[in-house]
Amino acid sequence: MHAKVYITFKNGVLDPQGKAIHHALLALGFSGINDVRQGKLIELDLAETDPDKAHRTVDEMCSKLLANTVIETYQIELTA
Amino acid sequence: MRASIIVFPGSNCDRDAQVAIESVTGGTPTMVWHRDSNLPDTDLIVLPGGFAHGDYLRCGAIAAHSPIMKDVVRRAEAGTPVLAICNGFQVAIEAGLLPGALVRNANLKFICKPVHLRVENTHTPFTHMYDEDEVILLPIANHDGNYMADADTLAELTDQGRIVLRYCDSAGAVTEAANPNGSAMNIAGIANAERTILGMMPHPERFVDEALGGDYGRSVFGSLMGALA
Repeated sequence: MHAKVYITFKNGVLDPQGKAIHHALLALGFSGINDVRQGKLIELDLAETDPDKAHRTVDEMCSKLLANTVIETYQIELTA
Repeated sequence: MRASIIVFPGSNCDRDAQVAIESVTGGTPTMVWHRDSNLPDTDLIVLPGGFAHGDYLRCGAIAAHSPIMKDVVRRAEAGTPVLAICNGFQVAIEAGLLPGALVRNANLKFICKPVHLRVENTHTPFTHMYDEDEVILLPIANHDGNYMADADTLAELTDQGRIVLRYCDSAGAVTEAANPNGSAMNIAGIANAERTILGMMPHPERFVDEALGGDYGRSVFGSLMGALA
């Protein structure tokens, strides 16, 4: 299975890089941007074929290593 | 005092820590490679500064799971003092030895300069040679030194007197202007509840000789020698 893990800061955590991107977009002439947050995408190519097992494993990977759960939150997308 | 300095691939302040400890204590620390399973008998563990694993994923995240860290955490939990400097502080946090998080400096820049610090807790094996609220100068050199923690953690650190070092101005005033990186409460260094683990972003090992710009760092190692002899 393929897993896409999206990792972003939790709401309330200051994201200065997101703000810098926001300002750069404004400097480029884009308007109407209320906020910009940036994060990470980690893609995993897994041998596991059972979606439930895969999801549990990836969830454990996230909580143990891929995300710092003190300040980050994550979303897992699984495809065959 | 037997000291062990953990060396990760990308650590670059390990030898400075070795020189600092030799200079202040006269003893020779053991350099311990991250892939070793066990530490030698040791009175002090040092997690040094640098860029372990290139700061890949998050600073200290991969190093925190190095083979040696199982033994480091075991010894730390059993009471062996740990001095965690800069990247070492990041590793200690990722390994769960200290609370909170260290994120990108608020101004997004890598900041490399000496800063004033107030030593707010001198009742630790790392700081007892300083005076209470003494203002010292130590260099910082980091991109991700911004200390962040939730309100409960900050309250606990404050109530338990575990904020050991705070950024301040030359007169000792803890102000926003004196905060180089946006750290909550100007926190530069914290301890665990038992005060046996100190995590600090500034580098005491870089200021052990006037020729380097100052020797305020000597008292960290002198304090440890006094406490652990």
